[in-house]
Amino acid sequence: MDESHHDMVAVDPHAAPDEHGAHNVAKHVRKYLFIGAVLVTFTAITVWLSYVDFGTQKANVLVAMAVATFKAGLVAAIFMHLSNEKKLIYRILVFTAFFVLGLFFLTYLAWYDPVVR
Amino acid sequence: MEIPYTVTARPDTGLWNAKVGIWLFLASEVMLFGGLFSAYVFLRLDAAPGDWPHGLLNVPVGTMNTAVLIASSVTVVLAWAALKMRQFTRYRIYMAITILCGVIFLVVKLAYEWPDKFKHFGVKIREDRLEKYEEYLGNKHASEKGLAPRRDISGHLHNQEALQDANVHEYEVQLDQINAAPTDPQSDRPHFWPLPRSEKIAHIEKEDVELATMFLPKHNTFFATYFTITGLHGAHVLGGVLVFCYMMLPASTRIYRRNPEHLANRVEVAGLFWHFVDLVWIFVFPLFYLL
Repeated sequence: MDESHHDMVAVDPHAAPDEHGAHNVAKHVRKYLFIGAVLVTFTAITVWLSYVDFGTQKANVLVAMAVATFKAGLVAAIFMHLSNEKKLIYRILVFTAFFVLGLFFLTYLAWYDPVVR
Repeated sequence: MEIPYTVTARPDTGLWNAKVGIWLFLASEVMLFGGLFSAYVFLRLDAAPGDWPHGLLNVPVGTMNTAVLIASSVTVVLAWAALKMRQFTRYRIYMAITILCGVIFLVVKLAYEWPDKFKHFGVKIREDRLEKYEEYLGNKHASEKGLAPRRDISGHLHNQEALQDANVHEYEVQLDQINAAPTDPQSDRPHFWPLPRSEKIAHIEKEDVELATMFLPKHNTFFATYFTITGLHGAHVLGGVLVFCYMMLPASTRIYRRNPEHLANRVEVAGLFWHFVDLVWIFVFPLFYLL
């Protein structure tokens, strides 16, 4: 635990306080390893699912994107600490989400035909 | 001049500055990749039936590279955690593994996956000559099953000089399995392990061909989008690796010695970028390799 004493680099003990707290971080290490294992497992699942016939190509795309979104959510929430972040970051991301969804809505409009459909 | 709020939080935002900075940057990155993915959707929806190729990429290699990138995401967050716990040696080990993973990813991409495509040859047969190459295309079989006609023949080009020399009138192609036995459902189905190339050789006359290139971006829309998006993604991986290398230099050790939280925050910010690059790959992998 007290590995820092063996390190070659001396650290100023009066350095700024650790906001996360070394103790808290130690608890999180196991969680990071677990999430890494989950992500690798779901990569294997995506590969496997791509060989399962869900009827149409569209259905296969939807399934694969659902798994990818779940994986991306884990990366964002756990590795990028978004599950527990300050308000300002969420505010920035609300704008990002709005604009990127707007972009994909335009893509959808380019394909959707309200007269024929 | 000392840059303010690199360690302590700014009172009004409640955050140290670099954290706000990286998230604003990542927001712009979302739009950059979002635009390209949007283009991908456009092009793919607009592709004529049967015109979007499947199974051209090496799935086991792509899966392995995905796992490598995920592993590096874990090690970079462990490197940050080690700094938080003031375990500097451990931090350097995790950082070295992260760099190694990034390098493996790039080497696989640039020294194997891309060159493998650059060495692969394909032609698109003119619509009025499809009949002549029926034994390689199997379109009678395809139309019975209600599928769009196949026009692509691919494999290894034996006479490379045919690409430049106008006096050479035909391409000599050692066929891919799908053209060697086009009606065999075995060669049609997407495969996890790529099928070995057949021994069968086809002679394709230049005048019967609409397009003849190696598997380059100009070969078809699939490869154009594939090289663009994986190229931009690869550039991001390279950028991340360079930043991580800087964090292994003596300059970073000095920062740690002065204030370990400062280095921890730098690693956190670089890590956020790295996780984003991982996140983009999570979508790239199924879209190009699997679907």
